[in-house]
Amino acid sequence: MENNSNFETRKPPVATTGILGWCRQHLFSNWINSFITLLVIYFLYQLIPWFLDWSVFSADFWTNYKGELIVDRTFCSRVADPEGDHGACWAIIIVRFYQFMYGFYPSEQVWRVNLTYFLLVVALLPLLIEKIPGRKHLIKFTIAFPIVAFILLYGGFGFQIIPTNKWGGLLVTLVLGVFGIAIAFPLGILLALGRRSQLPVISMFCTLFIEFIRGVPLITLLFFGMVMLPLFLPEGLNLDGLVRVLVAVTLFQAAYMAEVIRGGLQAIPRGQYEAAQSVGLSYWQMNRKIILPQAIRISIPSIVNTSIGLFKDTTLVIIIGLLDLLGIGRGALADATWMGLSNEVYVFVALVFFIFTFSMSRYSLYLEKKLKTGINMGAD
Amino acid sequence: MSENSIISLQNVNKWFGDFQVLKDVNLEVKKKERIVVCGPSGSGKSTMIRCINRLEEHQEGKIVVDGIELTGNLKNIDSVRKEVGMVFQQFNLFPHLSVKENITLAPIWVKKMPKAEAEELAMKQLEIVKIPEQANKYPGQLSGGQQQRVAIARSLAMNPNIMLFDEPTSALDPEMIKEVLDVMVDLAEGGMTMIVVTHEMGFAKTVADRMVFMDEGKIVEEASPDKFFNNPESDRTKLFLSQILHQ
Repeated sequence: MENNSNFETRKPPVATTGILGWCRQHLFSNWINSFITLLVIYFLYQLIPWFLDWSVFSADFWTNYKGELIVDRTFCSRVADPEGDHGACWAIIIVRFYQFMYGFYPSEQVWRVNLTYFLLVVALLPLLIEKIPGRKHLIKFTIAFPIVAFILLYGGFGFQIIPTNKWGGLLVTLVLGVFGIAIAFPLGILLALGRRSQLPVISMFCTLFIEFIRGVPLITLLFFGMVMLPLFLPEGLNLDGLVRVLVAVTLFQAAYMAEVIRGGLQAIPRGQYEAAQSVGLSYWQMNRKIILPQAIRISIPSIVNTSIGLFKDTTLVIIIGLLDLLGIGRGALADATWMGLSNEVYVFVALVFFIFTFSMSRYSLYLEKKLKTGINMGAD
Repeated sequence: MSENSIISLQNVNKWFGDFQVLKDVNLEVKKKERIVVCGPSGSGKSTMIRCINRLEEHQEGKIVVDGIELTGNLKNIDSVRKEVGMVFQQFNLFPHLSVKENITLAPIWVKKMPKAEAEELAMKQLEIVKIPEQANKYPGQLSGGQQQRVAIARSLAMNPNIMLFDEPTSALDPEMIKEVLDVMVDLAEGGMTMIVVTHEMGFAKTVADRMVFMDEGKIVEEASPDKFFNNPESDRTKLFLSQILHQ
């Protein structure tokens, strides 16, 4: 063997790589770790088969264990045969699926809601995929989307008007969540910049606004929107109930967003402002091109965090009588023909919420990862 | 203000809170003149040059840059900043933009230059600072010396008449100082009006037309490099020179 062979690069030892190496390092590194691993495996072994059995293998969908079509609770296997080993009765969701999705939106007009959902996906595309062809034009559509969505959902311009008290289910949840977040984001940026403004009037107004809204529970704001807002409006101008709620939700979210973004702004070193000023950028150019891109990048985890929070908080509208996804679920449970199937309803509602919030969370991770590549923010 | 001054500071006073950082500072800089400012830390040298592009606001006295007086008038501040480029100790590159984007940003947004033209300009500036091959990297991927050269290119892209350097080599590893100073020497030989705050006395001897020595917010001595290094007048200058030249 030659002397310099010591300096050749070698592969890492086998025991530390591959699946086996990973298991050894992370799951069985010492006896406590091994014990916990085995305990968790045992619980998963107990839990997962049980849940799958309840929710899928022993569950009723359209028909019960005798093969009859389920039309009310008495047909559900677990109600009809309490002694037997039966799982969930999903018929309540299936029969009322339309309500869960659209509320009481007239069925001959429901294509408008579906089209809106489809257009929402189109509007999100340029935000989700950076390299999509024709991104510039798609962005224009994204900006116009709220107006398009409003006309499609509400009516006017030749469409039959569907009053918002007919809306319900996922539709209301999404309208509040998507519009609340989308409008609150730019509003929050302005409030955050305003609070840091050197003009005392602007900074005081923004600070007061943020502190007031943040200091009040969302439910209070919702009641405020429902009961008190009409008193402030000029006579004859009667804002729609959903719009009033949307205003309350948006202002609430904007205040939180503002503080999140302000946190990001505070992390930007002073040198960035000075460099931007010294090359002659104006206040707005500096914020738009230099400060905000960096501040928002830092704040992504918190922005998504408050957005997920708001999305779930929209269920509070049930208190002022709007029927969102959860509201429709509770309505279904209150119906004598389906009473007692609360497990199914709450699991379903939870699952729908989870799908949306989990996607948001994944998207934020993707964003963080994408924005980090090649950029060492700390290198400055 | 003398006839051919491009920068004129007259009786400039400035305070941070109760602390007076600049005391009756008077300085005239002619076109194409290279001034090196030195002095102990806390002597007000950085503050003085930061007043020239209004990163700091002076409270008393008069500062005129290329015929424009610096007051609270935002329009004046904007026009002065277009005339004056600045290079910082900490580089202050925009970390979320590529090297090329760092340079094209201001020409595109401030001068409304078409993108293609700005990119051509950026490549030209990068060649001047000798790192065209780094155009598509991000600041975090460059060495300190390279970052500082990008910062110089970014300032030059706005085609300034005056360049201010605020301790441009103080944050650099020793082996990178030279590459930055070389670029600055080239710039000086090209006829740029420069005010450089630095402790690089070798650079000062080769490049400076005039040395300015500051202490405790005052300009203590102004002289040609030859006189400044070989025959300084004030004792404070002598002490300072002995400390930095024989450390």
